[in-house]
Amino acid sequence: MDISSKPRQVHPPLIDIRDRGGPAQPMLRVRKLFKHFDLKKSFIESLAGGGQVVRAVDGVDFDVFKGETLGVVGESGCGKSTTARLLMHLIEPSGGEIIFDGETVGTPGLSLREYRRQVQLVFQDSYSSLNPRLTIEDSVAFGPQVHGVSRREAIGRARDLLARVGLEPRRFAERYPHELSGGQRQRVNIARALALEPRLVILDEAVSALDKSVEAQVLNLLMDLKDAFGLTYIFISHDLHVVRYISDRVMVMYLGKVAETGPAEDLFERPLHPYTGALLSSMPSMDPDQRTQEAPLTGDPPNPINPPSGCRFHTRCPMAEPVCAEQTPTLASVRGQRKVACLIHEIGSGHSQADAAIYAA
Amino acid sequence: MSATTLSFDAKAQKAAADAVEAAFERSTGFWSGVLRKLARDPVALVSAGVILLLILMAIFAPWIVPSDPYKTSMINRLKPIGTEHFPLGTDELGRDMLSRLMVGARLSLFMGITPVLIAFLIGSAIGILAGFAGGWLNTIIMRSIDVLYAFPSVLLAIALSGALGAGIGNALLSLTIVFIPPIARVAESVTTQVRGRDFVEAARASGAGGFTIVRVHVLGNVLGPIFVYATSLIAVSMILASGLSFLGLGVRPPEPEWGLMLNTLRTAIYSQPWIAALPGVMIFITSISFNLLSDSLRSAMDVKN
Amino acid sequence: MTDAHTPAAPKCPPSPAAAEAAGPSASAVGSATSTATTPVTEPAAGFATAATKVSDAHSPALASEPPIVSVRDLTVTFNPGKRPIKAVNGVDLVVRRGESIALIGESGSGKSVTLRSLLRLHSERRTVIGGQIDIAGHAVLSLSNRALADYRGRVASMIFQEPLLALDPVYTVGAQIIESIRRHEKISVADARKRALELFERVRIPSPERRLDAYPHEMSGGMRQRAMIALALACRPQVLLADEPTTALDATVQIQILLLLRELQRELGLAIIFVTHDMGAAVEVAERFAVMYAGRIVEEGPTREVMHNPRHPYTLALMQSRAHGAMAKGARLASIAGSPPDLAALPPGCAFAGRCVFAEPRCHEIQPDAVQLSELHRARCIRTDATAAGMPRIEPATV
Repeated sequence: MDISSKPRQVHPPLIDIRDRGGPAQPMLRVRKLFKHFDLKKSFIESLAGGGQVVRAVDGVDFDVFKGETLGVVGESGCGKSTTARLLMHLIEPSGGEIIFDGETVGTPGLSLREYRRQVQLVFQDSYSSLNPRLTIEDSVAFGPQVHGVSRREAIGRARDLLARVGLEPRRFAERYPHELSGGQRQRVNIARALALEPRLVILDEAVSALDKSVEAQVLNLLMDLKDAFGLTYIFISHDLHVVRYISDRVMVMYLGKVAETGPAEDLFERPLHPYTGALLSSMPSMDPDQRTQEAPLTGDPPNPINPPSGCRFHTRCPMAEPVCAEQTPTLASVRGQRKVACLIHEIGSGHSQADAAIYAA
Repeated sequence: MSATTLSFDAKAQKAAADAVEAAFERSTGFWSGVLRKLARDPVALVSAGVILLLILMAIFAPWIVPSDPYKTSMINRLKPIGTEHFPLGTDELGRDMLSRLMVGARLSLFMGITPVLIAFLIGSAIGILAGFAGGWLNTIIMRSIDVLYAFPSVLLAIALSGALGAGIGNALLSLTIVFIPPIARVAESVTTQVRGRDFVEAARASGAGGFTIVRVHVLGNVLGPIFVYATSLIAVSMILASGLSFLGLGVRPPEPEWGLMLNTLRTAIYSQPWIAALPGVMIFITSISFNLLSDSLRSAMDVKN
Repeated sequence: MTDAHTPAAPKCPPSPAAAEAAGPSASAVGSATSTATTPVTEPAAGFATAATKVSDAHSPALASEPPIVSVRDLTVTFNPGKRPIKAVNGVDLVVRRGESIALIGESGSGKSVTLRSLLRLHSERRTVIGGQIDIAGHAVLSLSNRALADYRGRVASMIFQEPLLALDPVYTVGAQIIESIRRHEKISVADARKRALELFERVRIPSPERRLDAYPHEMSGGMRQRAMIALALACRPQVLLADEPTTALDATVQIQILLLLRELQRELGLAIIFVTHDMGAAVEVAERFAVMYAGRIVEEGPTREVMHNPRHPYTLALMQSRAHGAMAKGARLASIAGSPPDLAALPPGCAFAGRCVFAEPRCHEIQPDAVQLSELHRARCIRTDATAAGMPRIEPATV
């Protein structure tokens, strides 16, 4: 997999002693990751057994390569934020495996504590994610102190990081979160995530709550930091434009499953999954002469409590055929680095367009 | 640049930290902000002033009383307010009301504040534990608390005091038990709220253990609201303690205590109603002052204002 | 939001205007009913062409007609006294019958405050409103409380970003619509329900009969937003005020609602004022753009002209800071340095001057007047000569 040809790729050099498998080994391999939430309303109901299950994340496979930015897009209920929390082990997976740089997380080779040092998360809500009673330097310095760094050194590191994210420490270090603007708080959150010197940073809708002009500042900052510290990003967002702009590869999710993955430009230029296509054409056009005339999809995304059978998307899919309700498509490579879970792209799936599509490819 | 740029040169770092230490813009802390807001709130100032006066009066009562609060005098029974030597009149045994009210403040305030303070410590600990642990531990703790909570507080206090027997110590104990459940409840709900916030998640994501998270991230955010709630209970505690004394389950005669005085003076309600009402007025002033102060504290602690 | 709920609930007093309006809109409802059997959200092809004709035919004729919304020198100040926050500082706005205009701006630009002033939703105690607002012959700022209640919902009504907060959780959606119709119109429950059903069909809610009996929390986000639009239309208003109605929705749902708004505007002849921070959404709905910054409209003009030829430096910067169709991957985004001004301490000159790459010393001193760039295109900037060439690719310092 040639990822070094990308213009912005800066590899962590081999002197990073934490790099075990070298650049070819994926930073993160996720296999069959599941999370089902039980919806037991009361004690009595749980005695009676049954109860509904939310299939928030339902068997997700993907890789994140070293030094890349993987964009994750999807609508509400697609499981992208749950995936982020599963990756951080903030909620326990119901099943599946997370392999970080060749080591399975939670085994003697890589303890959860050590893993969390190398993987950090930036949340969407910049206010809720900072402790209102702590100064921002204390918030940033908290992580290193947990891992045994002295308070004095941790504060020093926090101030250095605040400067790196564009917050002059003299002015900001001892302020409280409510004294900062949304953009400034999100900078603090980024500094806090970097304080543990992570290798992988998960950005969960990290710029979604910001005004456009501030969003641009923070996106620029994120790219600078990635180059400076040799970071790998998982960038989760509902905003396709931003994902396209920042990502090397993109993963599209729908109702707890991966619909499609592939290099960003290729995926956005030639979407293979009908859902990706619909999502792309749902984006407002920005051109008054080319206004959208027809909504590509009707209705809302279905509820993950009782997801549709077969292909999850068949209830809204313009290409759906009866077979789509019965057969669950598998996520399989189609061409190059593209993978898609759609019966149209599966040989002999029984979908009338299947063979034509594969022939065309 | 390399991934190692984040590994800091500790020496340079320290030097830099020292250099900037002096120049930092100090932001006002949370609690100093609260105090500043309280200082601008006239209601808070007046109620705090009244409470301070009451406390000072209670502390120095033995030295400043105009006459002996225990000295009975058959000829001076139930003198009206304004009588010479007895500015607030005398009670049914001819004792000086002013002196008795002043000395009575000691026991009354003590009985109001102590059970709440102890219940605050125990109840917060229980509630924070339950709230932070969540799951089955929460269920067990909170359901047990609910059993106590199911009884009306007055009834529970009387029943406990009755079972334990009369006396100040037992009254204190029963009042403390009465106040633990409501405080634990509040503590649990505030903690559950804070636990769900992203900054606690972020702390977990950085590998911090439960104890560290509670110490650094939870306590600072929950103790304030619990404390505000507890101060509002002081008034209840005073009234309950007075009630227990009134029933003969708390302080015993001839010890002056406002609730007990209210009880013994009830015989004089027709002959000297103003004097009979005086202990009640003191209880009223004290409890309303605590309530107003806790209201002001609550709004001062609201960051949004 | 919560306090906004009560006044926003449409109230429709019996009035000759309402009776008059019943004719054409009822027929529009009828046509929707007939198409309701076809797939639900797509406007049938016939709609679009017919609608285009309507708006084309109207625009010249409408120019001579008095505008339906006319706002003159609107100022809104919150918290008068100690530290007044000047949220709106002299907004002039004219909207014609059947026209849709987008108020675009970032947080703190005063766009929502302006919109809420049109229904007088601000707390009277803590707000000082100046200037004039005339909507369909009502001098909004001097209406008595009773007249205001009549005006809200009947002349102008509002839809919000989060319908779950604007709808009452304890009543079914149908009951809320029926109640608001019957509160002022003497018609039977059955008739009111029939009208509610027509409204549900009008906003293209699938299986409307069943959905009328649903509670707000039982509906999905997109359905709820449609239900709120139905509620807003219950009393046949002439002006629809939309406060970020699609911001909380998923992309595939957002476009459906945007198309619905466009369709309603064309077919019911609604004037729509659409408040958003998202230029893309605004392009889909609005014929005219008004870009706001620090409580002023800094640029105003037909959507096409503003999008293709933005002349205020703020509009220019806003469009270039979008990641949309970004330049070569890896190129930095043009961000606007700094943050929006403090509304409690506005500078004497242009409020954007501190962040503007074109700023000159005099920008900081005087409040720029609107410069007429074409018949309908205006910008409040003294450097419009410089913006004609577009934005220089200067990398502003990030703060």
